[in-house]
Amino acid sequence: MKKALSIVLALVLAISCLGILSSCGTEKGGQTDKTDTAKTVKVGFIFLHDENSTYDNNFMKAAEEACKELGVEYLFKPNIPESDECKKAAEDLVDSGCNIIFADSFGHEDFMIQAAKEFPDVQFCHATGTKAHTENLANYHNAFASIYEGRYLAGVAAGLKLNEMIEAGKFTAEEAKMGYVGAFTYAEVISGYTSFYLGAKSICPSVTMEVQFTGSWYDETKEKEAATKLINDGCKLISQHADSMGAPTACETAGIPDVSYNGSTQTQCPNTFIISSRINWAPYYKYIIDCVQSGKQIDADWTGTIATESVLLTDVNEQAAAAGTQAKIDEVKAQLEAGTLHVFDTATFTVKGETLTTYLADVDSDADFQGETEVIVDGYFHESEYRSAPYFDLRIDGITLLNEEY
Amino acid sequence: MSNANTKVKEPLFHVVKRIGMPTWQSWLIRIVSVVFALIICGVITVLMTGENPLQVYATIIKGAVGTERRIWSLAQNTAILLCVSLAVTPAFKMKFWNIGAEGQVLIGGLATTWCMLNFGDKLPNWLLIIVLLVVSIVSAALWAVIPAFFKARWNTNETLFTLMMNYIAIQIVSYYVLIHSNPKGSGFIGVINPNTEAGWLPKLFGQQYMINILIVIFLTVFMYIYLKYNKHGYELSVVGESENTARYIGINVKKVIIRTMILSGAICGIAGFLLVSGTDHTITRDTAGGRGFTAIMVSWLAKFNPIYMILTSLLIVFLQRGAGEISTVFNLNQSFSEIITGIIIFFIIGSEFFVNYSIKFREKEGK
Repeated sequence: MKKALSIVLALVLAISCLGILSSCGTEKGGQTDKTDTAKTVKVGFIFLHDENSTYDNNFMKAAEEACKELGVEYLFKPNIPESDECKKAAEDLVDSGCNIIFADSFGHEDFMIQAAKEFPDVQFCHATGTKAHTENLANYHNAFASIYEGRYLAGVAAGLKLNEMIEAGKFTAEEAKMGYVGAFTYAEVISGYTSFYLGAKSICPSVTMEVQFTGSWYDETKEKEAATKLINDGCKLISQHADSMGAPTACETAGIPDVSYNGSTQTQCPNTFIISSRINWAPYYKYIIDCVQSGKQIDADWTGTIATESVLLTDVNEQAAAAGTQAKIDEVKAQLEAGTLHVFDTATFTVKGETLTTYLADVDSDADFQGETEVIVDGYFHESEYRSAPYFDLRIDGITLLNEEY
Repeated sequence: MSNANTKVKEPLFHVVKRIGMPTWQSWLIRIVSVVFALIICGVITVLMTGENPLQVYATIIKGAVGTERRIWSLAQNTAILLCVSLAVTPAFKMKFWNIGAEGQVLIGGLATTWCMLNFGDKLPNWLLIIVLLVVSIVSAALWAVIPAFFKARWNTNETLFTLMMNYIAIQIVSYYVLIHSNPKGSGFIGVINPNTEAGWLPKLFGQQYMINILIVIFLTVFMYIYLKYNKHGYELSVVGESENTARYIGINVKKVIIRTMILSGAICGIAGFLLVSGTDHTITRDTAGGRGFTAIMVSWLAKFNPIYMILTSLLIVFLQRGAGEISTVFNLNQSFSEIITGIIIFFIIGSEFFVNYSIKFREKEGK
């Protein structure tokens, strides 16, 4: 019993010493709002990891920026796993007075939906999810960005680099092969590497690509190994979906140009980093805060675009990129914004040698895995229009998947 | 005390075993050590972050028990950790180093998942839950008995064996999750039967975690009686003390090893069942969440006594959950709260040394 009592005492002591002080607990927040014109908003953020993950850090930075700019209070809950803990965290944030709850990881979705059903007066927003348009909950929303456009532009930079290397006589046009490190054979990844490939192909028509999957959303070692394998396979340029420094580091070591993702890796890879695309979440955060303040309904699916500044490209690294990259990107970007150019234009790719005129995509998230929505209209694949999360999952010609088991 | 009074050069200090220390004195040592831990944590807090340490402690307490929901959440997490700790305890008492609880829990959870997906719409819920419980117990027990069989038969090293079995279990779960993932290829099963709630443990008295907690309370009492008053419990502690003695007095050592690991695995299976059916309603490779390893600490801290384990698991979960709040309130990285938790636990473990031993300095007649 000694042991038991000692532990009880330890706890009692801790509580009695400090319980008195618990009333002095502070709350972090932006400048507490002075505006009483609109509904008071307090946003609770749920993150899968903490700021050491580039993925979560991208969300955290944007959240701070948006909340501070609009002067609303906010709370962060980092390191929340994709389990019942996510629901508990959401409930806890509601208890702390939050009226908007945001979660950043795909696996959080089902638990956010459960919490949304429990608290109909609180708005639940979830990045990368797929279920808002079929759940029919007034207070549950998905968001994503048309990052495929950003990747297309990054692909343009890759194409220019390939052309430069061909002209310099480093390899022939037929040998122009890129490598791509993906996570899973999931639509988000497929959409990402295909748009990147099409961007490069629009500049360098003979290009081909190999994709190596890691079977993990974040695994530095595997990503590095995959990039190294692709380089040894004769790939002249590498890009990646995954978030770690694995692929960029492998490229810097091998001296192979790299198109990065989620932010610049120029400081670590000064000689090989060309450009990077990333999603900027601040516009979405401002949008949802504004909606709640002014009593408007938040869209069930919100897709950020280049126009909303949700899809951003980093500065071009002049040291590694081909001459004239920035100018060409600006030109193509203007075409995308004007709607004269579409990333998934069916005239630019074939599937098993044939040009597609129709395709039923699996846009709803039921368990049958059957396509039900016609997405090829007016000569192009309408990505991220019927829901915010990508659903482009075609295997187009010119891209070889090295390991499909993932 | 029985010190050699030789003229040989005496070391600066030496350690002497204490016998018969009064209870109040051992408490005093423990309390003082916790006070020291808090003081050191306070100093570190000020040096590293500049925050007021008292506010940090207050936040820990508020984070763990500040609202009714947090108290339930604390109780539920304590229950699961305690359940895994109860599972490893009989094996440890037998000196069978089962560090495979993580994998055993996952296998139990996987069996539950499999049944929920396949029988979710075929059986009435009460029957389904019984099936889930039985299947998870049986599968985890089978998983756990593999290293026990090899140990009993060929005297293999159970530490390595059970450890490696964890990775196999994690990979099996990853594979299962991938082929059943929804949406396809995403690597997530998602919540199973979200609309019918088939195979979900029902709420009791309006509380989602009540059944989890009651099951673990029952298991705690069971384990206490099993270890203390049951012949099996006696046999396994004899095997733990000395296999030769056990053999000499006619205990079938192989049988005891296998029987104990079946029990250990079965309780891990229940933990997996509680996690999937009673808490998460889904499975990922992280479902066990390292509890299989934390449980080792819980069990050792409590010296394998199931009743004390309620307190040690509560202590660890209390610190974990309270510490999580630090990152929310003070915007400090989670690693900081882990440092504080580590220091407190280190001092609590360290205090046991001073309870059991005293340090005698050279030429001093300290008592």
